[in-house]
Amino acid sequence: MLPTPDTSHVSFDTIYEPAEDSYLFLDTLSSTSESQWLSQRFSKSDSSASNPTANSIPLVVEVGTGSGVVLAFTAAQSQHIFGRRDVLTLGIDVNRNACLATRETVSTAIQSEQKPTQTPSPSTLSPEVTPLQTVHAASITGDLCTALRPGSVDVLLFNPPYVPTEELPRLPSESENDSSTAQAMSRSAKFESDSFFLSLTYAGGADGMETTNRLLDAIPEVLSGRGVAYVLLCKQNRPSEVMDRIRAWDGWNAESVGSSGMQAGWEKLVIVRIWRREDSPTERGTL
Amino acid sequence: MKVITANFVTCAVKECKTSAASFPLHFQDAELEQLELDLQPEFIRNVLPRVDWDSLRITATELGFPALPETKPEGDALNDDQTLKDLHRLLLETSVVEGKLVCGNCGHQYVIKEGIANFLLPSHLV
Repeated sequence: MLPTPDTSHVSFDTIYEPAEDSYLFLDTLSSTSESQWLSQRFSKSDSSASNPTANSIPLVVEVGTGSGVVLAFTAAQSQHIFGRRDVLTLGIDVNRNACLATRETVSTAIQSEQKPTQTPSPSTLSPEVTPLQTVHAASITGDLCTALRPGSVDVLLFNPPYVPTEELPRLPSESENDSSTAQAMSRSAKFESDSFFLSLTYAGGADGMETTNRLLDAIPEVLSGRGVAYVLLCKQNRPSEVMDRIRAWDGWNAESVGSSGMQAGWEKLVIVRIWRREDSPTERGTL
Repeated sequence: MKVITANFVTCAVKECKTSAASFPLHFQDAELEQLELDLQPEFIRNVLPRVDWDSLRITATELGFPALPETKPEGDALNDDQTLKDLHRLLLETSVVEGKLVCGNCGHQYVIKEGIANFLLPSHLV
C-alpha cells in the first residue's frame, strides 16, 4: 500500500481530521483503473518532442484541503497516479489554519518521498531513478475556484462539505482567520469559533449540495482542455442525479469511479470524475 | 508562495474576470525568500509551455528580477544553462512571504502573510 501522508503536526481544533471520505479519495486516485486513466492523459511521451505542450506539467488543485492529506498524497505519489514525477500542486481553503497545515503536509510528503530508502537491497538498486520533482506552488485562502485563472487547472480535487444542514455557514472574515484573534479569545469564544470553522468542513446546506453546486458551476471555466475534476458526493446528495445534470452540459462526461460503505443497497460515498467528452471541440485543444 | 503561483491566480471579483487588467495581479511590497533547490532542467522545460510569458515578465520585473527575454525561450534556448538557472531561481527557488497582490482593474489588494495569500473577499465585494 502507498504510504498515507503524515498529518501528526496538524491541530484538528478547526481542521477536518482525515476520515473515510479522505481515504476514499486516496484509494480512488491510486486505484489501478484510475491511475491508468490519468497516466494515459498526463504522462510524458518521448514521441511528442515535436509538440512540447504535450509534456507540459499538470497543475493539480485541491479545493478545501483541510489537513492537506489528499493533495500531499497526490503530490508524493505522482509517479503512480499520473505516470510522471513532476506535477505542480496548489491548495485552497477558506480556513487559513488549514492552508498552513496543508503547506506543511504536502512539503513533508514530497520530501519523505525524495529521501532514498534506507537499506536498498542489491537487487532493487536500479540505474539512476529520477527523483520526485513535484513542487507545491502555494496554499492560498480563498472561496472555491474564484481566485483561479480560467482554463488553468488540469486536475481539480474536491471533498466538499456534503452533509445536508438547515443552514449554510457563511465564509470566515479576515479577522476570524487571523491567528492573533483566536489567541485573545476566552475559552467559550474559542469553542464557538472552532465550532464555526469545523461547520465549514461538513455543513453543505440544502441536500448538502449548496457549496458543491457552486463548485460544479465553476468547472467548465476553470478546467483546461485536458482538465479533469474529482468530486466526492454522499448518498443524500443524490449522485446519479448530479451526474445526469453534468452529462447534460454541452460536451461533458461524468462517471462514478470510486465508492465506499454500502447502506441499504446504496454506496454511502462516491467519487465522480468529470471531464470533457472526446468529441468536444475544446478537448485537448488548449493547455 | 512560489512566484509561479502568480501565473495561476487572478482577481476573485467576478466583474474583473473579463478584464485583461486583472491578470496578472501585481506584487507590491513583496518580501522574498530564497530556498536553494537542485536544478531540474526538465522541470523548467516542461513547465514553460504552461506559463503565460508576458505576465511572468511583468511579475519578474515587479519582484526586482532582471528583465526576462521578450519572447519565451524555445528549442535550443532551453539548453542554455544560464537561462535554465535564471528561470529555476525565479519560478521555484523564490517565495513571496509577505506583501500584496493588487488587481489592475479594481485595485483590490490581496494580502500575503507568512506566505499565504488571502483571496477571500470582504462581504461588500462578494
